[in-house]
Amino acid sequence: MAKLPAPPETIIAKFGPHLNFAPQEGYPGRDEPDAVVKTHCCFCGMQCGIQLLVKNNKVVGFEPWMEFPFNEGRLCPKGVQRYLQDNHPDRLLEPLERVEGEGFRPIAWEPALDRVTAAIRKIQASYGNDAFAVLSGVSLTNEKSYLMGKFARVAIKTANLDYNGRLCMVSAGAGNKKAFGLDRASNSYADLEHAEVILVTGANVSETFPTLTYWLWRARDNGAKLIVVDPRVIPLARTADIHLDIRPGTDSALYGAMLKYLGDHDMLDHDFIREHTTGFEDTLAAVQEYTLEWAEQVTGIDREKIRQAAELWGKAGTSFLLHARGIEHHSKGVENVLGCINLVLATGRIGRPYCGYGTITGQGNGQGGREHGHKCDQLPGNRDITNPEHRKYIAGVWGIPESELPGKGLTAWELIEAIHRGEVKGLLSICFNPLVSLPNNNYVREALEKLEFYVCIDFFLNETARHADIVLAGSLHEEEEGTVTTAEGRVVRIRRAVTPPGNARTDTSIILDLAARLGAADKFTYADSEAIFNELRVASKGGTADYYGITYKKIEDHMGIFWPCPSEDHPGTPRLWEDRKFATPDGKAHFNPVHFREPSEVTDEAYPVVLTTGRVVSQYLSGTQTRRIGKLVGINPEPLLEIHPELAAKYNIRQRETVRVTTRRGSGEFPANIVETIRKDTVFIPYHWPGKKSANQLTIGTLDPVSKIPEFKVCACRLEPLDRFTQPGEIHAFDSI
Amino acid sequence: MEVTAYKTDMEFFVDMQRCIGCKACEMACAECETNGHESMIHVNYVERAVTIQTTVQVCMHCDDPVCAKVCPADAITKDDFGVVHSANTARCIGCSNCVMACPFGVPIKEEKYDMMMKCNMCYDRTSAGKKPMCATVCPSQALFYGTREEISRMRPNSTPVREFIFGAQTVTTKVNIMMPKGSTHLKIH
Repeated sequence: MAKLPAPPETIIAKFGPHLNFAPQEGYPGRDEPDAVVKTHCCFCGMQCGIQLLVKNNKVVGFEPWMEFPFNEGRLCPKGVQRYLQDNHPDRLLEPLERVEGEGFRPIAWEPALDRVTAAIRKIQASYGNDAFAVLSGVSLTNEKSYLMGKFARVAIKTANLDYNGRLCMVSAGAGNKKAFGLDRASNSYADLEHAEVILVTGANVSETFPTLTYWLWRARDNGAKLIVVDPRVIPLARTADIHLDIRPGTDSALYGAMLKYLGDHDMLDHDFIREHTTGFEDTLAAVQEYTLEWAEQVTGIDREKIRQAAELWGKAGTSFLLHARGIEHHSKGVENVLGCINLVLATGRIGRPYCGYGTITGQGNGQGGREHGHKCDQLPGNRDITNPEHRKYIAGVWGIPESELPGKGLTAWELIEAIHRGEVKGLLSICFNPLVSLPNNNYVREALEKLEFYVCIDFFLNETARHADIVLAGSLHEEEEGTVTTAEGRVVRIRRAVTPPGNARTDTSIILDLAARLGAADKFTYADSEAIFNELRVASKGGTADYYGITYKKIEDHMGIFWPCPSEDHPGTPRLWEDRKFATPDGKAHFNPVHFREPSEVTDEAYPVVLTTGRVVSQYLSGTQTRRIGKLVGINPEPLLEIHPELAAKYNIRQRETVRVTTRRGSGEFPANIVETIRKDTVFIPYHWPGKKSANQLTIGTLDPVSKIPEFKVCACRLEPLDRFTQPGEIHAFDSI
Repeated sequence: MEVTAYKTDMEFFVDMQRCIGCKACEMACAECETNGHESMIHVNYVERAVTIQTTVQVCMHCDDPVCAKVCPADAITKDDFGVVHSANTARCIGCSNCVMACPFGVPIKEEKYDMMMKCNMCYDRTSAGKKPMCATVCPSQALFYGTREEISRMRPNSTPVREFIFGAQTVTTKVNIMMPKGSTHLKIH
């Protein structure tokens, strides 16, 4: 059913990606905009403040927003060029329906929405409510995340709702909840400034969160020592005091060895451990075999460097630990996160100035999007969907009997497996491009082809949307009012700069229209985004992610408010746990024993090389937006295979030679970039590209048992040089099919 | 009559150790109307095979600019604020003398315009009291625009250097390179 309706060349020729280098009408008149709108970047979790210049209902440029406290005007190349996604030639301006053999043709809104409604009803009548699933995304505002959670459960009445944060930082969320009972970075990044030691692990900060590097340098200027853990010499690692070049998949062994070293050399905060934590003895006992010698053997890091790192960490008076997908995209991502938290708790450096811990959210609303209920196991306010009291409260807010509130559904990857099994027959997705962003994407494509009906809400026809029956032309970031929550936990305002062009509609209005058609109009009556936010505030009240005291006006007045903020006279909470009362039932922080285990796939004779994946500075996630902006594509026109000269020599691979990389899931071809800045046993491919250039046709769908996040960051591959050479930028129009 | 608000105590500082090679500066520079949307700042890998180190190439705004000296058409001027301007469109003959003469390798002859173009330190912004676009957006602040007092307070381990020795020739500039504390000049062999 959902095979491509036409050859990909036909679809791409019409819907792109095409490269936009400048506003369509050129730049004239840009000096005198109709409006200058203070909002935030649409990309990563830093959510840098930016001003958009608007002329004739189009975003025609940007001006740095110097007053916004986090970035004070600073931006990365994606932020600078983000305005070019507005008024882009590929922008969907009206709903589309698939036409077999031809591709897509416009359809009016009424019949489009009618078809979607009829398909949902038909599938649910035949196979049950849960046979229709919803996949949401965390580039959406808090308001839209909340709305999607309510829409799926109240209007569609399905349990099977999940979100693309499942590919991002759910391991961190699960670890945070286990250890602290609450899922948020403990401090604002301003607390980095006077930290004595900063440990950055599994986070290519300089390419994925470039504006955060400023805060790290502020700390270093004040004397902070920087430890970076990464299998590559990432730009941040180049000048680090210690770079631990870890073998992918062995992070918890490193943290375990460091913890043992702290214990052996009595670099522990005994008072903090005794009074404010549980589980320390078991946790320390779990790492008693993890000597520096053992850790060197497992992680591939020189034991002396591990010792130096442990000494630095152990002796510091203040410290900050930051991690991201590098340790979370694993089948033991939660264990990795807990290993990090154990180091923080053992030294008692949390909940006080210049001490902190946190994951860095990769998606724009990676933080807020994981709090308001479009996760399969969660209700707004970070409530648990299996907890009867939580269910009763939210059912009350939504005006439905608790018995009608669906239970826990399948996670994103499990949904794909359920489609394969024939249990899920229909799918609605918004702001999610699983064909590029999920692992083992040939398997994902086969799943899409098995769907009876697939409807997609998006503003560009992304690679997954090409498989849709109906595409609903939704809205860009700058076309709706709302809020997002930054990686620091700061809730900020997203302001509408323009209205959707052509016949495109706001995502919110599309969801409300569908809800009405599905018979739930009375549950979805909102005058505007602020009304949705006000309901969200009530829904989150009393939950761990309590937004009740945050109002649009307060955000405006203070350029953001940190949650939790339980009442309107509460100023918000930039630094958590200063009172040493953690959000766990016993009020204590919990150590969790971590036993090292290998990744789900290790190298062998057939697949002798470790493959890891990640990002480049000019591209964002599945590239739906950034692969359409000319100058960003110019920086990284294609994914390169980073490989060490010794490994390249072993396989007779030469610079820029095309290499076939094969795993048990598939194979792709990538030009080699031979560099000494990567481990000798590991190759790296960035994952932003689709089709033949997709890293995710190679990666593995093994899930972390707790967070259900796939193991993107490590699998085994083999390499084969193809004696074909390309020059940088020598890209052919349909290379990415 | 328009009066400039040029803050003469503001200087430009480049700190290569902070450069993460992200090219935000290039992207932002190309937003300027006066450059024809070409970037006048360039970020390059030093030797990608062995290091991730990148460098920023920007006009150093020499006190005694050799590019202006060698210009046969008198198209390059330095103003009272020390800014060496891009070639005057009406005068530039595209001879590339400036390109060959600059010790820092900065001016570029843009073939499509048949003239030399280079950074004018965002004169449209700096003359109105703003900071140059590249330094404003630079996420790691490898590029900083501010006063000498600010930079010495913010970066106690570094010293700005604006004296460059090329063989027998000494060049002083408006743009500073951040060097290890105590450095006085940079000798280029």
